Amino acid sequence: MAKTDTDNKIKTSENPEDQVEPVDQILVEEEKRFRAAPKLDRSPLHGLWALTNRDLRKWYTSPPQLIISLITPIVWLGLFGKALNFSSFISSSGIPIAQQNAILISYFGTTSYFSFLSCGMLAFIVLFTSAFSGMSVVFDRRFGFLDKALSTPVARGTIVMAKVFQSVGKSLIQSGIILIIAVALGMETSHFTVQGVAGTFLMVFLLGTALSALFTMLALRSADWQTQQAIINLVNLPLLFASNALFPAKLMPTWLQDVIKVNPVSYAIDGVRQMLIGAHGMNSLIVDFAVIIAFAVVLSAIGIVLSWRFLSK
Amino acid sequence: MSTNKDGTSTSNIITVENLSKTFGSLKAVDNVSFNIKEGEIFGFLGPNGAGKTTTIKLLTTLLKPTSGKAVVCGYSIFKDANEVRRNVGVVPQEYTADEDMTGINNILLCADLYGMARSDSKPHAKELLKLVELEDAANRKVSTYSGGMRRRLELACGLINYPKLLFLDEPTLGLDIQTRAAVWKYIKTLKEQYRMTLFLTTHYLEEADSLCDRIGIIDHGHLVKIGSPQELKQIVGGDLIVVSVRENEPDISSDVAKIELVREVKKQDRIYRIKVNNGEEASPQITDLMRSKGLHVISVSLKKPTLDDAYLELTGRNLREEEVDKLSMFRQRVTMRRARS
Repeated sequence: MAKTDTDNKIKTSENPEDQVEPVDQILVEEEKRFRAAPKLDRSPLHGLWALTNRDLRKWYTSPPQLIISLITPIVWLGLFGKALNFSSFISSSGIPIAQQNAILISYFGTTSYFSFLSCGMLAFIVLFTSAFSGMSVVFDRRFGFLDKALSTPVARGTIVMAKVFQSVGKSLIQSGIILIIAVALGMETSHFTVQGVAGTFLMVFLLGTALSALFTMLALRSADWQTQQAIINLVNLPLLFASNALFPAKLMPTWLQDVIKVNPVSYAIDGVRQMLIGAHGMNSLIVDFAVIIAFAVVLSAIGIVLSWRFLSK
Repeated sequence: MSTNKDGTSTSNIITVENLSKTFGSLKAVDNVSFNIKEGEIFGFLGPNGAGKTTTIKLLTTLLKPTSGKAVVCGYSIFKDANEVRRNVGVVPQEYTADEDMTGINNILLCADLYGMARSDSKPHAKELLKLVELEDAANRKVSTYSGGMRRRLELACGLINYPKLLFLDEPTLGLDIQTRAAVWKYIKTLKEQYRMTLFLTTHYLEEADSLCDRIGIIDHGHLVKIGSPQELKQIVGGDLIVVSVRENEPDISSDVAKIELVREVKKQDRIYRIKVNNGEEASPQITDLMRSKGLHVISVSLKKPTLDDAYLELTGRNLREEEVDKLSMFRQRVTMRRARS
């Protein structure tokens, strides 16, 4: 009785021009579809591209975001790179050019500080882009999208790795822009090779993977973006300043040099300098790559394992 | 009715045994047991913070239970969480769609997360959009949607994986009357056309009353009572007849109590409060009796029990807003704001 009563109530409260018939036709079609069990891709990787592309699309379809993230490296490189002209200390000292160059090469691995810094700048942009991968987890949690993803059979690790790869994608594009601008502003290109440039992007990919995995895992349980921002500042600046990104390690105090040796970011920059400007590295290129690959694999693995435990309570 | 993976025949699509979830010292869900039959609309009724959403999150594997067992669509929420996820649909309380994406892309993203092929999900998504009357807005960004449109989009997203069982958490929270009626219509369609089982939570009594085949009343994490809306109303003790007579007339309570349909008589000054089994039949009998005893009946009123009365009787309090944790408060604010925009 109660059922039919309400049926009538609902019908009378509806818009008269509600098209009841088309909906009924759809229902017949839909009923058939509901009967047939859908085929589902059960591989653990399904959904990875969908989730990655969701975040990337937000980035490249939003003109303000895209323009800002393209201008940022230009500003950094143009202002920071040109303002901090350490080689001018030496060139203004009156020492003969040949000696000047020898000194510059011994410290910077090249005669131009700007070329030295441009390589460091690649790590700089990767660090800052990766830092915000955690923020994106926080917002997905806050706005409920994370719960929606978690209620589907998509692998928990895939949710984490999608956050990592969207950030890596942005890092790769921004690194490309940094490199183009650096060359336009006077970076030395005499040591560029195809393998060197490809190797540089591989290094950016690996460093981005490692750092994004780190920041993503720090945000797995957080719904609080203020804390997340504090974490970014706490982790990012030490990783940058206690590295060889802006200044040669050789000229730093020995205790700091020890810190630099355990900072994986230094290895990535060391490798990039060898590949792009032909600098003599702190380590062989193989060691640099080995450290960064290990860094990326270990942090991604930890991120995936933590996601099984901590993504849902 | 249906056959599970392990070959046993059952009509229960959800079996919950002693399920508990504790957050710190708070027992959000406390030793709850119930079954849901295939094809029924089952509602959890209770105030905010009673444990409705927590129960849904446990059954949809978003939260891990502290103790207890639950089998959903034939799969354990512990051992086969992914199978549970493949077989159920969830329409959460919040609007979870991505604002920067179009309606159809939101549904397709859900489909991708279920691992559906685009050849299947594309036509299905279009049909679902037609079902919830959003086909004209399919290619608009969700940020331009009204609250009612967002709710309907959530419904479509929850249906994309052809679920046998659909969870709806407060499906009409913050909606205007027309959209609420539309959502009710879709819910009934799902039950009747697709023979889908629906599990919904609500703190609107009229919603529980008109939609649900059975209702579970939940309060402070305890499942207080389960029954059909009619059964729950019976708890209140049938209909209530209130008769007022003139002052200083003799008390004939004991005579009234002798009438077969009368269950309980209370007299207060010149007012008789009489609980009866069938108000329509009992009231003329009562007034006839009173007149025959020389009393002057001034007024008679008949009150049918409501779920509100049942709720009050069972929990000792009205449905009311309760404190909830900060995150859900934030989400609720966001939801309400979007619903109103």
